[in-house]
Amino acid sequence: MADFTSGFWDLYIIVITVLAILGCGVLLWSQSTHKVEPGSDGTTGHVWDEDLTELNTPLPRWWMWLFYITIVFALVYLVLYPGLGSYAGKLGWKSSGAYQEELVKADADYGPLFAKYASQDLKAVAADPQAHAIGERMFLTYCAQCHGSDARGNKGYPDLTDKDWLYGGEPSVIKATIMKGRNGMMPPMGAAVGSEADIENVAHYVKSLSGLTADPIKVSFGKTKFGACIACHGAGGVGNQALGAPNLSDKVWLYGGSAETIMETIRKGRTNTMPSFHEFLGESKVHVLAAYVWSLSNDPAPASLAAAPGVAQK
Amino acid sequence: MTEAAAKPVVIRMYAAREEIYPREAKGRYASLRWACVWITQLVFYGLPWLNWNGRQAVLFDLGARKFYIFGMVLWPQDFIYLAALLIIAAYLLFLVTAIAGRVWCGFACPQTVYTEIFMWIERKIEGARSARIRLDRQPWTADKLARKTAKHLAWGVVALFTGFSFVAYFAPVRSLLSNIGAFALGPWEWFWIGFYAFATYGNAGWLREQVCKYMCPYARFQSAMFDKDTLIVTYDQERGEPRGALNPKATPQDAKKKGDCIDCNMCVQVCPTGIDIRKGLQYECIGCAACVDACNGVMDKIDLSRGLIRYSTDNAMDNKWSARRIGQRILRTRVLIYTALLVLIVAGFGTALALRTPLKLDVIRDRGSMGREVGDGMIENVYRLQIMNTAETGHTFRIKVSGIDSVRLATTDQAVLDGASTRAVPVRVQVERSAAARGAAAPGSNHIEFELTAVDDPSLSVREKAVFIVPK
Repeated sequence: MADFTSGFWDLYIIVITVLAILGCGVLLWSQSTHKVEPGSDGTTGHVWDEDLTELNTPLPRWWMWLFYITIVFALVYLVLYPGLGSYAGKLGWKSSGAYQEELVKADADYGPLFAKYASQDLKAVAADPQAHAIGERMFLTYCAQCHGSDARGNKGYPDLTDKDWLYGGEPSVIKATIMKGRNGMMPPMGAAVGSEADIENVAHYVKSLSGLTADPIKVSFGKTKFGACIACHGAGGVGNQALGAPNLSDKVWLYGGSAETIMETIRKGRTNTMPSFHEFLGESKVHVLAAYVWSLSNDPAPASLAAAPGVAQK
Repeated sequence: MTEAAAKPVVIRMYAAREEIYPREAKGRYASLRWACVWITQLVFYGLPWLNWNGRQAVLFDLGARKFYIFGMVLWPQDFIYLAALLIIAAYLLFLVTAIAGRVWCGFACPQTVYTEIFMWIERKIEGARSARIRLDRQPWTADKLARKTAKHLAWGVVALFTGFSFVAYFAPVRSLLSNIGAFALGPWEWFWIGFYAFATYGNAGWLREQVCKYMCPYARFQSAMFDKDTLIVTYDQERGEPRGALNPKATPQDAKKKGDCIDCNMCVQVCPTGIDIRKGLQYECIGCAACVDACNGVMDKIDLSRGLIRYSTDNAMDNKWSARRIGQRILRTRVLIYTALLVLIVAGFGTALALRTPLKLDVIRDRGSMGREVGDGMIENVYRLQIMNTAETGHTFRIKVSGIDSVRLATTDQAVLDGASTRAVPVRVQVERSAAARGAAAPGSNHIEFELTAVDDPSLSVREKAVFIVPK
């Protein structure tokens, strides 16, 4: 890809760079000797302010050679490495290539560790203190922005420490969620449910399903209108993990359990995205991460886990 | 004036170095310099071999970013101590220079110390000054080749050992030694051993006085620390001039007309920077006092009092001050200010080091939520406690939170950390909603404080401020 919009700038940089380097060489060469009148008793012949003269106290010659070597170094460098406009350099070095090399090196360093866990059962990985410590650090790095440092989530971001799961809490399902991501979608149901009063009634019915306080009259009206929701949430509002439809009969709420919030959810629907981490982390890291997430709500803890050692960070 | 005479001549602005063949000086100051060589090199070569608590006593582990200095482990967060140390070293240099000029250069500077060692080797192999001059002038013979080869090999060995010792401060010395034997070092270890060895060989073997004259920045600004009461190596012009050879047939009258300097040139021959001290103070003079030793030796031989060349000051020379007067002038304003500052900084540095708690705590509030309501009438904030246990032993730490009446930890109040380890501990902090409503915790941000204390050592404790947010 061209670095510049026009070839002029490419040339501009090349000419300035080369001329500057060669200019340094010429300057050095022209200034290494000086012509003076004969018999000028060791002065350079420069005279200022009528009588100030300059003694010739020569610098060591190796010093001059260092200057020349620097110039040669600069020229060799510019041939080997990119530096002259968009010229790529004989070695073909690129910062992105150096980054890739570091990634490869990191994989070579840490790969075997992750590979070891990748071949183990997720529950066994969850019980491993070292894997737990690695998982904890990965969680704090990659997951805590949305799910919180304590994994208890936020409004719209699921709590990972309860036993309530939208898609299922089996270790393999958690791993699939992290690998592929999820697209949670509740369509706007206002029209299907009916009038604004109907929506309010259904909201009260939904609250009653979880045993929350609700207006009994609105509950009885809402029950009849709940039919619009059954397809996903089931007849008793127990949800459907195959669809990612939340269980409405427990006290866990992704957006909040007030009547107003539920009404807003019915009216406008909800869209949630959990990004896929397959590309970014690779399967073996996700494996360790999934085991950690599963352990948050399942206490696989061997006795030693409570005292999980703080592994020294590099 | 003829045409030919007016023709300009070409002068060179860069000249080849003229070889200096310093004669060996013997005397009080030469002995002092050798003492400095021994002390500095015993420390430099020996320190990496000392052990402490089952590890290398002094090790700068750049990879793990931990600096071990005997009982102390410094982390990158302790960088301020390094800065303080450099400031102390700088002030010490200012102070010493104001009092006694370039004594650092002449006695303890690595360039001087290694040059001294290299010149000793040179003398042992190539002989004394005159022999070396002769050797260099004669054509190449088997003997000359053998001597030169032996000298460079010996220099190389010392240089390599120096490079090895240097790297031993950054990589454990014992594994370094065994890995060198097996040629199993990493590229950087090879590079730095080679680089430091090459620098030693080049600087102490070849460049010598050129380092002091053309490369050393200290030589350039040390004159700013000199004044007329600074001790310098001086030639007593009044006593020495007019100089001239000793004449055994001279009458006492003749002897009176002549100064004490017999123009033997010894002071010039021993000078490692190749100057003539009799021309006065010059920036090339590194204050090594070799000329003092040489001149005193000559004065002893011809039965004159020592001190024709001696440590004195400009003022003392101009005003014929006694040694006592010179001593009194040491405590002048400039020196007192340097000393006061130095004492202050050293005291501060020592106190800070002594009071240093090998435990650090950073509190990071979760940005994802401002504060949330939880089921049982509580408001909850989530924090990540980044705990750094910089001690070498592991500890269990108790976490306490305070600042609002009903504030409490909703998660475990214990964190276990190994020695020299870091851990991020997520904690949830709760405040009663009713307290929030009462105004004990106002909506918005409230100040709270985390306290971390080692269960087994209450003195190991840090506090860190944080903010608790109550949603409106």
